[in-house]
Amino acid sequence: MRSCEWRDLGRMGYGEAFEQQRALVEQRKHAEIPDQFLIVEHPPTITLGRNGHIDNLLAREELLERAGIAFHHTDRGGDITYHGPGQIVGYPILDLREWKRDVAAYVRAMEQVIINALSDFSLAGERVPGMTGVWVDGAKIAAIGVHISRWVTSHGFALNVTTDLSYFQYIVPCGLVKPVTSMAALGVMAQRQDVIERLVVHFGRVFDFEMAGELVYD
Amino acid sequence: MTDVVMPQMGESIVEGTLTKWLKKAGDHVERDEPLFEISTDKVDTEIPSPAAGTLREVLVEEGKTVGINTVVARIDEAGGNGVGAAAPAAKPAAAPPPQPVQAQAPAPPAPAAEAAPPPPVQAQSPAPQTVAPAPAPDSEPVEPAGPLSPLVRKMARENNIDLSQVKGTGAGGRITKQDLEAYLAQQQAPRAPSPAPPAQKPAAAPAPPAQAPRAYVPPAAPSTAKVRVEPMSTMRQKIAEHMVMSQRTSAHVTTIHRVDMTNVAKVRDRQKADFQTRYGLSLTYLPFVVRATVEALRTYPIVNASIEGTNILYYNEINIGIAVALENGLIVPVIRNADEKNVLGLQRAIVDLAARARSRQLKPDEVQGGTFSITNFGSYGSMMATPVINQPQVAILGVGAVTKEPVVIADAIAIRSMCYISLTFDHRLIDGALADQFTAKVKSVLESWSEEVL
Repeated sequence: MRSCEWRDLGRMGYGEAFEQQRALVEQRKHAEIPDQFLIVEHPPTITLGRNGHIDNLLAREELLERAGIAFHHTDRGGDITYHGPGQIVGYPILDLREWKRDVAAYVRAMEQVIINALSDFSLAGERVPGMTGVWVDGAKIAAIGVHISRWVTSHGFALNVTTDLSYFQYIVPCGLVKPVTSMAALGVMAQRQDVIERLVVHFGRVFDFEMAGELVYD
Repeated sequence: MTDVVMPQMGESIVEGTLTKWLKKAGDHVERDEPLFEISTDKVDTEIPSPAAGTLREVLVEEGKTVGINTVVARIDEAGGNGVGAAAPAAKPAAAPPPQPVQAQAPAPPAPAAEAAPPPPVQAQSPAPQTVAPAPAPDSEPVEPAGPLSPLVRKMARENNIDLSQVKGTGAGGRITKQDLEAYLAQQQAPRAPSPAPPAQKPAAAPAPPAQAPRAYVPPAAPSTAKVRVEPMSTMRQKIAEHMVMSQRTSAHVTTIHRVDMTNVAKVRDRQKADFQTRYGLSLTYLPFVVRATVEALRTYPIVNASIEGTNILYYNEINIGIAVALENGLIVPVIRNADEKNVLGLQRAIVDLAARARSRQLKPDEVQGGTFSITNFGSYGSMMATPVINQPQVAILGVGAVTKEPVVIADAIAIRSMCYISLTFDHRLIDGALADQFTAKVKSVLESWSEEVL
């Protein structure tokens, strides 16, 4: 069975996490490391994808700064999104040539991981055709945006666990005028590490990986 | 000249949006150097150049969406630095990762150009209705009508489905993913009920111990009376087995407490309408009882346990089974980590599990792993009952109907919403005093309810 190393980086700035990803992507391209699954939590940050529309940012950058929100242009797919405390961000760095050379299948599989993990908390996550991400009762609970270079993936997903949803007021998430939600808003008081554990388990199952790594918490 | 085409980024993907040129016309490019970026379904991909040379023509501008294999640019290898000549048009065989240059012929899509590796062998499909059930070591099941998508094949393989048993509803009788899902659901439904249903039927309740139920072995063929013989369903047999096994295993004792639900009733009445509009769920008493039970289980962990030989297994999770009556039986889906949910989360889980139990769509692991069970016979009007323990658990809580009763409070008669809760416990592990402390804890949480539900 192929193996995948996973790690929880804890709280880390978007830029720093991005540099880590970039370094790992390079190593992965040269087959120096196995597939990776990074988990991180960002401080309040708004990121705009390569094809994003700046008009989906509803506040001027200075205003964001005053609200303590970082702003980054980034090279993932998708439009604008918010990252912040209470959100589990997953960055799989996989060489898709060893799985499937299919970006759509990759995105669907990532959705499946999240759907399966949510179902362990009795939440019925679902797909909405044409709107990548995971939805519960018509509200978006997880966003997805990916970058691929030579079939090696970076960026990934962001799942709202206890995210303060009021931050989404600054943006039109992914350019969609649809509500966002979180596990907490749906009545699930899950601990971050428990959700991570379920995500890792399902990630392994969906992508057919042996997951190497361990939960270390203080 | 080498044509650069829009690559196919996946089986179901028929087009891509060219989002950015990383080189301009006239630029020199190395083979495998990122040339442009495309975007498909929230995925941005850098596409490397299929050849070294000079980018002569850019045929598709940024922002345009074109079909796969559309020529988006031409590279002039002659203008390159010699190396280019090595890679003439047609041979992108071991090409750069995302199989970009597809030769000129808009021939069959990707797989042809790709040699051996993983891509699903699509051409192979016409395998005409072979009867051999397990041909390759891969044991691909028999190929039924029409070609199968790799997804369908994979699902079939992973779930061990014999595709000849599946009815295809796609074009030309082709089997689609939905067909497989429907087939799986159908297969799983009858299997689901197996695990551990607890007893609940008030009917079986007050059987005086003296009655020695085992003595009543019904005669195999009642000689005179007219009968209709009907085999028991699998579920019925399982329930029967499980009930008797439980009675044989545990030393069942039941204690009953009376609970004043007036506070809960007030919260419920106040928020019912809001709850319905906001979440589309009706707010019942049950999630309050589950919440209170969770508190009691936290306080008395021995009730959230099992006996194994001479050991006590204390569960670190609180997974509460909720008995759901089905048309011809019952099933006990499990709310996992119930201690992590508030009333809203519990109500949502109860409604979801019950609905899927009735439509037989529970997944096997949703009826396993319970550490304690609750049965709500009150919903059928029962006031009190003595449920049977759901093995290998050591107790089960029964909830009777909530009714308004005259109650003496401070020597005055008041009208209160009352109900009885009964705890059947395994006296092997739990003694009466602890069982009553546990039940009293459930009662006190309910009676002094303070948590907001919205």
